[in-house]
Amino acid sequence: MLTARYLRRGLAQLAFVVFGIAVVNFFLLHLAPGDAAQVMAGEAGSATPEYMAALRKQFGLDQPLYIQFFQYLKNVLTFNLGYSFRQGLPVSELLLQRLPATLLLMVTSILFAVSVGSTLGFIAARHAGKAVDTAISTLALLFYATPVFWIGIMFIVVFSVGLDWLPVGGMASIEKGYTGFDHVRDVAHHLVLPAATLGLFYLAIYTRLMRASMLEVYGQDFVRTARAKGVRPRRIAARHVLRNALLPIVTTLGVQMASVLGGAILVETVFSWPGLGRLAFEALFQRDLNLLLGILFCSSIVVVLVNLAVDLLYTVLDPRIELA
Amino acid sequence: MAAFTRRLFLAAGSSLALAAALGLPASAAETVAETPKRGGTLTAILQPEPVTLTPANNTAQPTQFVAANIFDGLVTYDFDLKPQPSLATAWEVAPDGLTFTFHLRKGVKWHDGAPFTAADVKWSLENVWKTIHPRNKALFENVTSVDTPDDQTVILHLSKPSLPILAVINGVGAPILPKHLYDGTDILNNPVNNKPVGTGAFVFKEWKKGEYILLERNADYWDEGKPYLDRILFRVIPDAAARAAALEKGEAQYATFNPVPFRDVERLAALPNLKVDTRGYEWLSPLLYLDFNVDNPYFKDVRVRHAVAHALDREAIAKVVWFGFGKPAISPVPSTLRTFHDANVPRYPFDPKKAEELLDAAGFKRGADGVRFSITHDFLPYGDDYKRTGEYIKQALKRVGIEVNIRSQDTAAFIKRVYADRDFDLSSSYNGAFPDPQIGVVRAFWSGWLGTKTPWTNGSGYRNPQVDALIQSAAIEGDQNKRVEIFKRFQETVVGDLPTLPLLELRFFTIHAANLKGIVIQGDQTYGSVKNAWFDDAPKQN
Repeated sequence: MLTARYLRRGLAQLAFVVFGIAVVNFFLLHLAPGDAAQVMAGEAGSATPEYMAALRKQFGLDQPLYIQFFQYLKNVLTFNLGYSFRQGLPVSELLLQRLPATLLLMVTSILFAVSVGSTLGFIAARHAGKAVDTAISTLALLFYATPVFWIGIMFIVVFSVGLDWLPVGGMASIEKGYTGFDHVRDVAHHLVLPAATLGLFYLAIYTRLMRASMLEVYGQDFVRTARAKGVRPRRIAARHVLRNALLPIVTTLGVQMASVLGGAILVETVFSWPGLGRLAFEALFQRDLNLLLGILFCSSIVVVLVNLAVDLLYTVLDPRIELA
Repeated sequence: MAAFTRRLFLAAGSSLALAAALGLPASAAETVAETPKRGGTLTAILQPEPVTLTPANNTAQPTQFVAANIFDGLVTYDFDLKPQPSLATAWEVAPDGLTFTFHLRKGVKWHDGAPFTAADVKWSLENVWKTIHPRNKALFENVTSVDTPDDQTVILHLSKPSLPILAVINGVGAPILPKHLYDGTDILNNPVNNKPVGTGAFVFKEWKKGEYILLERNADYWDEGKPYLDRILFRVIPDAAARAAALEKGEAQYATFNPVPFRDVERLAALPNLKVDTRGYEWLSPLLYLDFNVDNPYFKDVRVRHAVAHALDREAIAKVVWFGFGKPAISPVPSTLRTFHDANVPRYPFDPKKAEELLDAAGFKRGADGVRFSITHDFLPYGDDYKRTGEYIKQALKRVGIEVNIRSQDTAAFIKRVYADRDFDLSSSYNGAFPDPQIGVVRAFWSGWLGTKTPWTNGSGYRNPQVDALIQSAAIEGDQNKRVEIFKRFQETVVGDLPTLPLLELRFFTIHAANLKGIVIQGDQTYGSVKNAWFDDAPKQN
């Protein structure tokens, strides 16, 4: 019952927050100097006043700002994301085109980061102060401190150009015309480097977090009790400590889900991965505000939903936490 | 200075390899004619992704890089910028310059099977070249009527001559759209724009946004036996280091417009599987320049502008900042436009002492801190090379007592600042001169652009009635020799007044696989079709 009420309230908040974000985004983005017509004329390398006027009319930029705003409000309230004049396609279609690639990269890298990161952290905590711990901690620190794009480029140089194991970038070998299982294998092949690059940074965070969190739990009274009554160390680690140490991991997971779009921009750029981060990044430079607003609108919904899900997950992991 | 000498030494050491790679003196082996082989997929690097594939309303290079393979123009341009037949087999200009006649190729078909006729050309001229084309409106302004006596003949009647027309009638300057798919529609929003139908050597197949564009061989192409390639795959690769890796590994075999950083070029050029070529940009003839804001309290004095010219060592900019991919410029009309370029314009040799004298004479003495005055510099936000140029300018001008604050911003902000708000002191930019100064050069000097807030026009705010008159008389002069004379007077005046300081004639470069033959064969190659390209052996697949 409580959960249902919480969800209802959460969803009401969601609507309010998302609407607020949409309004703020609109005015914030219109503060950026220059407009889409100037960018396109700039890229064309030449223009006439008539050409600029025609572009502005086509883009709806010749309307006063408040009319553009009401148009945008109307669109938001009817779940219409608008039209990207630059790309010549509806924003929703552009988002859907990029969504599979984004999800694939995001899910793979997060799974990789969480599973490997937590495992490493677990091992490090169990051998705290020993050589294994030092090795894992050093490695984690190294990944944490190295810039993502640099790791990406080094991966390309080593695994792609040097060893010739993996492709340089892109999502598939289009020229080979693979279908069926070959296509899946081909995409997986292309996915390895970007997912590893994006995952490594977060992997480091999970390792450190898991280690610290487990060591903290190890120091608590109930662990001592368990030890005193003769529970085997392996069982203590898995059942008493690990489960209690998971909460910070879930919190970080929530934050990471929200920020992975932003973090993916560099990886998508280095590996020519056709994801949403790059689309948003390019839309910003091209002043394609309809597209950018659409992406931001959708990501704000995702962020709010993930936060809601994290709250619910807390109650599952730790029954003492109640939804208020 | 030590670093500089070492770089020179390194350059000398590898000059043999570079000379061969840059295609300077062709070796004997290369001049032997080879028989082209059919087949293969060319993977080309596309950067950035184009907005549209229809060249009608977008002259950006990425659009044309793809579109030139889908759409043929009336002509192409050779390395000497002479028009060569394509869809037009012959053309005549009446002695009075008031009538242009084009004879079109017979038996050419659009990709949907409809015949290509004079009506398509007439329709495109009236609805695209004269109206929505971003650059050439003015050139076709005086065309009063177009006759099509038969399907293979187009006759343009002009009220006043417009000789520069002959310099822009390739696929970019005068794109021909299929009348039967566009007539009566809103051209800018026509759905055909995203799946273009042309007459070119390759047929549009698929565009996956953010990833690739795929074209396939046009089996029905008018040029018998061509194209040699089966497919072209244009891949969008946004990162420069990844582009270098893709080329090095052979995953991509063709990339234009400085696809990798200069520091990587020497290494890539030395690889046996790659070639670097600076040809194919003659039609564009790019020129790097600085715009002085002549409304600025310092730069409104011509002596200060001359002083800046004397304070900058253009040889050093070419060698150090641009790694040799540029040649010091003396005139806004680059030397690649052989007939129009004037070698007798006033020169401003590198001479810091002279610069200081001029600044003293202008009344801007050094203050107690050694600074005469400070200005801002907004560099063209097209990457590191322009930023480094700005850093060089900062150092060079500091030597003569001018403090420079470099500002950076993205393209939209730069264009608004320089061309709309005019809120700058000194900006850098580059433009394409094109084969006739009327097209790319005079825009920067004609006062008619002032107040229109149009990008890449008169950025300096220069206003000289005498120059305006020269520009206007050259536009409608029917005698080419007289036009050359007018342009020489134009160059002498504007280089004397110096509202815009020409820095370098840029040498852009192309990188392609060594086994990819016939890829750089014309002066507008980087805006042209690859229908003559072929792989000497099967492309290296990985």
